[in-house]
Amino acid sequence: MMTAPQRARSGGAKPAAELHADRSPAPPEAAIDVRDASVRVGGRTILSELSLTVARGEFVALLGANGAGKSTLLKALLGLLPSAAGTLSVLGRPPGEANREIGYLPQRRAFDSSVRLRGSDIVQLGLDGDRWGVPLPVRWGRLGARARSGRAQVWRAIEMVGASAYAHRPIGELSGGEQQRLLIAQALVRRPGLLLLDEPLDSLDLPNQAAVAALVAKICREHEVAVLLVAHDVNPLLPYLDRVAYLAAGRGVEGAVEHVINGATLSELYGVPIEVLRTSDGRLVVVGQPEAPAHHHDRHLLGGGARDRHAR
Amino acid sequence: MRADASSPTLGWNLARDASQLFEYHFMINALLAGSVVAVMAGLVGWMMVLRRETFAGHTLAMMAFPGASGAALAGVPAAWGYFAFCGAGALAIGRFSGTRRRSWSERSANTGAVQALALATGFLFVSLYGGVLGDLESLLFGNLLGVSDGQLLALSGVAAVAVAALAALARPLLFASLDGEAAAARGVPVRALSIAFLALLGLAVAATSQITGVMLVFALLVTPAASAQALTTRPALSLAITVALGLVVVWLGLGISYYSVYPAGFFITVISFAIYLLARLLAAALGRRSREAGPARLASAPRGSVIS
Repeated sequence: MMTAPQRARSGGAKPAAELHADRSPAPPEAAIDVRDASVRVGGRTILSELSLTVARGEFVALLGANGAGKSTLLKALLGLLPSAAGTLSVLGRPPGEANREIGYLPQRRAFDSSVRLRGSDIVQLGLDGDRWGVPLPVRWGRLGARARSGRAQVWRAIEMVGASAYAHRPIGELSGGEQQRLLIAQALVRRPGLLLLDEPLDSLDLPNQAAVAALVAKICREHEVAVLLVAHDVNPLLPYLDRVAYLAAGRGVEGAVEHVINGATLSELYGVPIEVLRTSDGRLVVVGQPEAPAHHHDRHLLGGGARDRHAR
Repeated sequence: MRADASSPTLGWNLARDASQLFEYHFMINALLAGSVVAVMAGLVGWMMVLRRETFAGHTLAMMAFPGASGAALAGVPAAWGYFAFCGAGALAIGRFSGTRRRSWSERSANTGAVQALALATGFLFVSLYGGVLGDLESLLFGNLLGVSDGQLLALSGVAAVAVAALAALARPLLFASLDGEAAAARGVPVRALSIAFLALLGLAVAATSQITGVMLVFALLVTPAASAQALTTRPALSLAITVALGLVVVWLGLGISYYSVYPAGFFITVISFAIYLLARLLAAALGRRSREAGPARLASAPRGSVIS
């Protein structure tokens, strides 16, 4: 069930929702520009003729039911999955070529208590984890200076997500919200131009969902990072979003919140009658989605722990 | 600790007692080979424990059985069989279980299947060979006291290669082990690294099991690393403790067995287990103290979500 408060930011000033038919050409500074892209996985078409634009510094949520292709789209943007048709451009380059400037947070991973490394080590991997060799314990000269500036960068990222108080503790002993903040710091540590966050709010409790959403919004504004955030529940994000993109059955709609999450647009997207109700506290509730959304919050928790990482 | 453990049965002059250890060439070779193995097995084992591939390590150790029996059958040195089968086993485990989408339990089932096949192959080799496998005891329990100069040289060469390779791969391997998807997005070749590490593990196990025997490989491969990881979360310190514990275990084990009628492998394993036990107790005590000192935290995320 999709709920959404009406207090969406004034992102409504942006172009109204359209079924990606007559879009003007994306500005050259677009962080993400997807045009008529199709992605097939194992012979099955997951996304077809999808178009999506995220401008630099923009905060966009990617919504949709399970299996709608949200994670697939992120992987295609990273070049981890090839696109079958259409064009994808990320930070002005083809997918996969700008990955060093993208902070990617894969779908929910929990470190279980047997992982004996500090939170700051996990963040450090985001900085230089792809570099071969081991850091030498040198404290002088060029190498020492590089190590110092690397450490400073790691701690800046940790401070940005407000995790300084527990970053020195073993990651497996931290709560889900604390782990998620450190993983966002890992995605942020190289000062990326684009954050691709795959369900960062999933499996967090409500106060933590609100806090992480506010954190991502703050990073987006203060550091001018474009954010494409995958979510099931748009509710905690709505105060901050510029626009939303809604995926269903491989197709998508993008636009301002109130132009996308309404009965007419969603009915057309899904091809079945859909109602959007407004609760007294201003939330929107989507009724009539073909896919039963009851197990959203369970599927990434089964078995818990890091061994779940490879399960899907 | 060292002095306490060995002094009662010895003279009062510890320096003289210790120097006695170095009077025989076989003892010097044993200490050197043990030290080389402790360093290599400790470092590779640290990564193995972190990657939760202990069962793969165990399976690779079992490869020594078909390796030794196959070598006996073919009339080549046992070491060749060790390396050939450990290498093949590493590739088999990597091939069957390296794909990203497999779950942890599926991978361990695959590893178990490889192990069963390896033992069956070894059994076949033994019956084809017809005789009793000559060094069954040294296959199982090693012959630390019979290391030749040539063996020591070969072992040092293998260890140098293994440690250098591990150092070269260390950081991306750590990233891939903890966070495969994020690492893949950053261009780390996760699958290739997984197979490369298993090959490295095979190399280390083959070399280690010649010295400590198949049964005792874990004394040097797992326990020092597991103890160190229980004690600290700093990677560099953890690695240093692993190596130090491995060296202490080997030296103490050899030292005690020198003055005793019982084999070195037994003491090495017992000391290693005792250290592991102490480390866990110490870690539990330290953990309790830090939890009491710091604010209470939930062990895992509250799962609640009122919507849906």
